[in-house]
Amino acid sequence: MDILSLSAVELGKKIKAGEISAMEATQATLAQIEKEEPRIHGYVTVDAQGALKQAEEIQGKIERGELTGPLAGVPAAIKDNICIKGRLTTCSSKILSNYKPTYTAEAVEHLQDAGAIILGKTNMDEFAMGSTTETSYFGPTMNPHNVGHVPGGSSGGSCAAVAARECYYSLGSDTGGSIRQPSSFCGVVGLKPTYGTVSRYGLVAYGSSLDQIGPITKNVEDCAAVLTAIASWDKKDSTSVKREDYDFMGSLKADVKGLRVGIPADYFTEGLNKEVAEAIRAAANVLKEQGAVVEEFNLSLVKYAIPAYYVIASAEASSNLERFDGVKYGYRAKDYEGLHNMYKKTRSEGFGAEVKRRIMLGSFVLSSGYYDAYYLKALRTKALIKAAFDKAFENYDIILAPAAPTTAPELGKSLGDPLKMYLSDIYTVSVNLAGLPGLSIPVGKDEKGLPIGMQLIGDHFQEKTLLRAAYTYERVTGKEAR
Amino acid sequence: MANKISDETIEYVGILAKLELSEQEQQDAKADMEKMLDYIDTLNELDTSDVEPMSHVFPINNVFREDVVTNGNQMEETLANAPLRGGDCFKVPKTIG
Repeated sequence: MDILSLSAVELGKKIKAGEISAMEATQATLAQIEKEEPRIHGYVTVDAQGALKQAEEIQGKIERGELTGPLAGVPAAIKDNICIKGRLTTCSSKILSNYKPTYTAEAVEHLQDAGAIILGKTNMDEFAMGSTTETSYFGPTMNPHNVGHVPGGSSGGSCAAVAARECYYSLGSDTGGSIRQPSSFCGVVGLKPTYGTVSRYGLVAYGSSLDQIGPITKNVEDCAAVLTAIASWDKKDSTSVKREDYDFMGSLKADVKGLRVGIPADYFTEGLNKEVAEAIRAAANVLKEQGAVVEEFNLSLVKYAIPAYYVIASAEASSNLERFDGVKYGYRAKDYEGLHNMYKKTRSEGFGAEVKRRIMLGSFVLSSGYYDAYYLKALRTKALIKAAFDKAFENYDIILAPAAPTTAPELGKSLGDPLKMYLSDIYTVSVNLAGLPGLSIPVGKDEKGLPIGMQLIGDHFQEKTLLRAAYTYERVTGKEAR
Repeated sequence: MANKISDETIEYVGILAKLELSEQEQQDAKADMEKMLDYIDTLNELDTSDVEPMSHVFPINNVFREDVVTNGNQMEETLANAPLRGGDCFKVPKTIG
C-alpha cells in the first residue's frame, strides 16, 4: 500500500484502526518532502524534528482514546501568513523573514486540537499579493504537474504541496481567489468559506473585509472534514459569524436531483480558454445527467469586479501594512537617520515590488480628494455586485463557472504585466466582494496535461450545497488528486 | 480618459505610504498607477448615484468586552522579536527633537 496516495480521512481511519501509525505517516511525508522540494519548493520552512515529536505525542493520545476525530495523526501544512506560536511566519516577505509570533491562529489551534501534525509553512505570493507565487521573497513554487509552470497564487505553496503529496491537506487564505485559482492550477480541491465562517485571528491581514482561511485537500470528503475542524465562531475576530451548524460531513451525499444550477453565460467570453470552457461545460453535463437542472443566465457586472476589487483590497492593504515599520518585529534597515527615515528605509527595503505597488495605489485611492471618486465608488460597485448575486440565488442553488480563465501560465511570464495577471482572477474576486462561499474542484486537463478547475459558488452559508454537488461530481467521475 | 499623475502627487503618495522610492521607482509607480486608474475608471460606466457604499456584506457592530488581561505576561516573547531592544523596551531613534 502506498501511504502517500491515501486521502486525509482514509489515513485517519487507518491510524485509528492501528494499521498505520502517525509516526509512519509523518516519516513517509517528510521523506516525500525531501525528495520533492528541490523540484517544487512548496515550503518556506519544514520542521521535521517538531513534526516527529508531534507524531509521538498524538499517537499516544490516539491510543489512549483522547483523540478520536477523522484528522487525528494526519500530517498537514499551513500557509505562511497564518501564525503559529514560536514558528517563523514570514508571509514570504523580507520584512517578516525573522518573525516568530507569540500566539497561534484560531484555525490552527482547532487543527491541533483535532490531532493534526503540522509539518511546516508553505510558500505564497508576498503578503498574498499575486496570482502565481512568483512574488515570494524566497523564490517561486513550481507546479507539480509541470515544473515549467506556476502553481497559481497566492496559496501556491499550499496547493502544490498537496498535489505533490508533501502533505495530506493544507490551509490557504483567499482574498480574491487565492485558494480557488491555485487549486484549479494544481488539480486539488480548495474552498473559500462564507466570510466570517473561519476565524481570521492569527491570519496576517491583507484585505480584511475579503480575507478568509480555507481548506486545500485531495478530495471533497477531506474538504468537508477540514472545514468542520476549522470553522467556528470566535470572540477574538469581531467579524466572525455565529452559524447554526458547524458539521459539514453530513453534506457528503451523491445526490443533485432537482438542484438548480446556473451557468453565467457572461463568463464564457473571449478571455476564456477554449479547452477550459469545454471542460467546464462537460462537468456541468455530468451534474445534469445526475438530475440537476442546469441553465445559463447573465450574472451581469462581470467586468467591474476586478477594478472594484483592486481599489478595495489595495486600500485595506495600505492600511493593514502600516504596522510593518521596523519597531516591534521583523526587518529593520541597517542605516537610517531619525525615526521617519527608519520607517521609510525599512519598508522600502523590506517590501517587494508588487506589495509596494498595491500600498501606493491604496494610499492614493484613500487620499483626500480621491476617496469619493475611487474608494467609495468601488464600495458602491461592491453593493451592486452583491445584489446581482442575490438575484441569481433567487433562481439557482449554485452557480457553476470556471475557477480561472486559463490553465497555469509558464513561469516568468506573468509579473511583467500586472494588469494582465490581475485578469486571471476574473471569476473569483466577485465571490470575495459578495462574501460568498466558493469551491474549486478538478474536472480535467488541457492538452499539455495541466489541470482545469470548476468553481461552484453558493449563497451565504451554503457550503453544504457546494460540497454535495462537488461530492456527486467526484463520485460519478472518480476524479481525485492522489 | 487617460489619467496623468504628477511628480508632486507621486511624491505625496510616497509620503502617505511611508515608502522611499528611487527616481526610477517613482517613474515606474507613476506609469503603473496611471494604467491602473485608467482601468479602474471603467467603474464610471456604472450609475451608482442611488447606491450606498457597502463596506461589509453582513451588518457588523462594535464588539465590547471588559478590559481584562487573559493571555498573561508575554513580555519576553514579545521583545524577542524586537529588531533593537533596550532593557525591557523597544529601542527606536529619537522621536522628539
